[in-house]
Amino acid sequence: MATTGITTAAAEAEAEFRIKPYTINFGPQHPAAHGVLRLVLEMDGEVVKRADPHIGLLHRGTEKLIEYKTYLQAMPYFDRLDYVAPMNQEHAFVLATEKLLGVTAPLRAQYIRVLYAEIGRILNHLLSVTTYALDVGAITPSLWGFEEREKLMEFYERVCGARLHANYFRTGGVNLDLPAGLADDIWEYTEQFPKFLDDLENLLSENRIFKQRTVDIGVVSREQALDWGFSGPMLRASGVAWDLRKSQPYDVYDRMEFDVPIGLTGDCYARYLVRTLEMVQSNKIIRQCLKEMPEGPVRLADNKIAPPFRGEMKRSMEALIHHFKLFTEGFHVPAGETYTAVEAPKGEFGVYLVANGSNKPYRCKIRAPGFAHLQGMDFMSRGHMLADAVAIIGSMDIVFGEIDR
Amino acid sequence: MVSFWSGYALPTIIIILEVLAIIIPLLVAVAYLTYAERKVMAAMQLRQGPNIVGPFGLLQPMADGLKLLTKETIIPAGSNRALFLAAPMVTFLLSLVAWAVIPFGAGLVLSNINVGVLYLFAVSSLGVYGIIIAGWASNSKYAFLGGLRSAAQMVSYEVSIGLVIVSVLLCAGSLNLSRIVEAQHTIWFAVPLFPMFIVFFISGLAETNRAPFDLPEGESELVGGYNVEYSAMTFALFFLGEYANMILMSALTTILFLGGWLPPLGIPPLTWIPGPIWFFAKIAACLFVFIWVRATMPRYRYDQLMRLGWKIFLPFSLIWVLVTAGVLETFGWLPK
Repeated sequence: MATTGITTAAAEAEAEFRIKPYTINFGPQHPAAHGVLRLVLEMDGEVVKRADPHIGLLHRGTEKLIEYKTYLQAMPYFDRLDYVAPMNQEHAFVLATEKLLGVTAPLRAQYIRVLYAEIGRILNHLLSVTTYALDVGAITPSLWGFEEREKLMEFYERVCGARLHANYFRTGGVNLDLPAGLADDIWEYTEQFPKFLDDLENLLSENRIFKQRTVDIGVVSREQALDWGFSGPMLRASGVAWDLRKSQPYDVYDRMEFDVPIGLTGDCYARYLVRTLEMVQSNKIIRQCLKEMPEGPVRLADNKIAPPFRGEMKRSMEALIHHFKLFTEGFHVPAGETYTAVEAPKGEFGVYLVANGSNKPYRCKIRAPGFAHLQGMDFMSRGHMLADAVAIIGSMDIVFGEIDR
Repeated sequence: MVSFWSGYALPTIIIILEVLAIIIPLLVAVAYLTYAERKVMAAMQLRQGPNIVGPFGLLQPMADGLKLLTKETIIPAGSNRALFLAAPMVTFLLSLVAWAVIPFGAGLVLSNINVGVLYLFAVSSLGVYGIIIAGWASNSKYAFLGGLRSAAQMVSYEVSIGLVIVSVLLCAGSLNLSRIVEAQHTIWFAVPLFPMFIVFFISGLAETNRAPFDLPEGESELVGGYNVEYSAMTFALFFLGEYANMILMSALTTILFLGGWLPPLGIPPLTWIPGPIWFFAKIAACLFVFIWVRATMPRYRYDQLMRLGWKIFLPFSLIWVLVTAGVLETFGWLPK
């Protein structure tokens, strides 16, 4: 009895000295939470023992709402998913509906879509890379980057009237042709953009503190990246050469000449480099688009799907009726289902669309790349320090619009 | 009565006036340092900076100060009220007290004590208390982590600063700051002790919690660290203290390495400019570098900062002290 008494006393003493990990509530109102991420961190001093991401604070029921909208009305919801690169999401939805309808957009429209998808990629990576630098404490890159983003958003504005929520792509093409002079201005922009990238890289790529903060932080092995369903730069930084633009080209990507940068180490630094190099490639694609873009219509001539031109409506009764029907009832999509994915800047953005022959989607499941990446938060940050957890969130490039949907 | 007047009251009044003559320009300098920081960083970041309040935004610091004065001081429910309020006062007070021994020119010093360097060293070591008390008294996890970080950081960089100062003392042969400046008549200590100058400056960044060592604040990790719970005037005191410390560190760098109030060369056109002007110009140059670094560098991680302090700076400055002492001894250059 005496011996057990001693052992329980020892156990009690041990329990008394065992320090309970304390939890930190990181976000949803935290400057490094990139939106409304709520991260419950179990900490041992400064070391993260467990990271538990809580999501849903920006849930708007997009998928359900889309079921109650016509295909045209559903479009703006895609801008509001990943609001950093709106047109890339529209692209997926547009391609999905086109696949169900069995139509393809005119060539010029395809070029314009690729052009704007790549502008979206630069928009996204500029924000991602520079706010990532901000997360590790470098303030200047974000201010430089945002100026460039402003110029790019001006191109958005000139083509569709909105800086952010473009709503420009249409089933069977795009809404309107590029206004006069825009192509030249984009071309001019692409000439000075590499210079800006050089400046940015001067500040970060070989900066010793930046490298100390990113190299070997949040390492994701090739297998882990595949197991967790990573895509986009997160996957490529881990050494998997997978890019939907190459592996299953959509629109005119098969005509484009570009390289897919691959990281070897799978750490935060590799992800930074992959994004930076992708911006160079996007710039290249934009130039190629502008150079090769043919003349021609930018939306289908089939007025059952695409609205007639305004001039035509003044003359033709039929065109007027088409217009009226399209904007009240919308077009009907034959029954069927499709999973169509595009290489959005953050990774594979997919739309699983089920149509039942009516003018509204029966179901629209959205696959957001950020959702899969955020799942990896726990294994990526375990054993790292608090400051690294911030760096990892930054390198994942998450946007809550698409994660919470 | 005459003896009371001339022996007691008059010196007191004179001292108070002298103190005010240092503190008021100092506070104005702090205010305009924030303005300069915003303007300089704005220029580096391709933007305008404050330009609305007053001509060129020159009244912006006043507007900011007024805003902080009129806001409500919020004391968190779970905090230790007395310590919570004491912490910013400690920080602010210590940042002012140190200025007592700084010589602005030949003989222009409030208290010309023989152990000026030690006094400064002691005061700057006490500076950690304000922050650690703030971190603890706030009763917030973020503030607590910030306080812990800052304690570890200041303690570890103090050690290498101490050794750097020792090597300067070996060359100057005095602990009196005015004497140290005068010992640099032939050459500024920044030249022969160049590596020490760099170590001192970097440690100074760490000591004042400035980027890239601003971990105790670390707005992207700790959302403001130790001052996360502070508002209004309590926050302003921390802020003033931090910037006054920056100026103090620059003044110290100037005195120890850049020849204080001495002109770069003892030749006529340069010697016509009065000493204090040289002194302030050098401080301004140091402060510019402080700001420049902040606009350029990312932030260190906690363990990397400790590694830099203990594994690189400490052995390096230790070896350099030995080398300095050895060279001075061998060539008989030790000051008498």
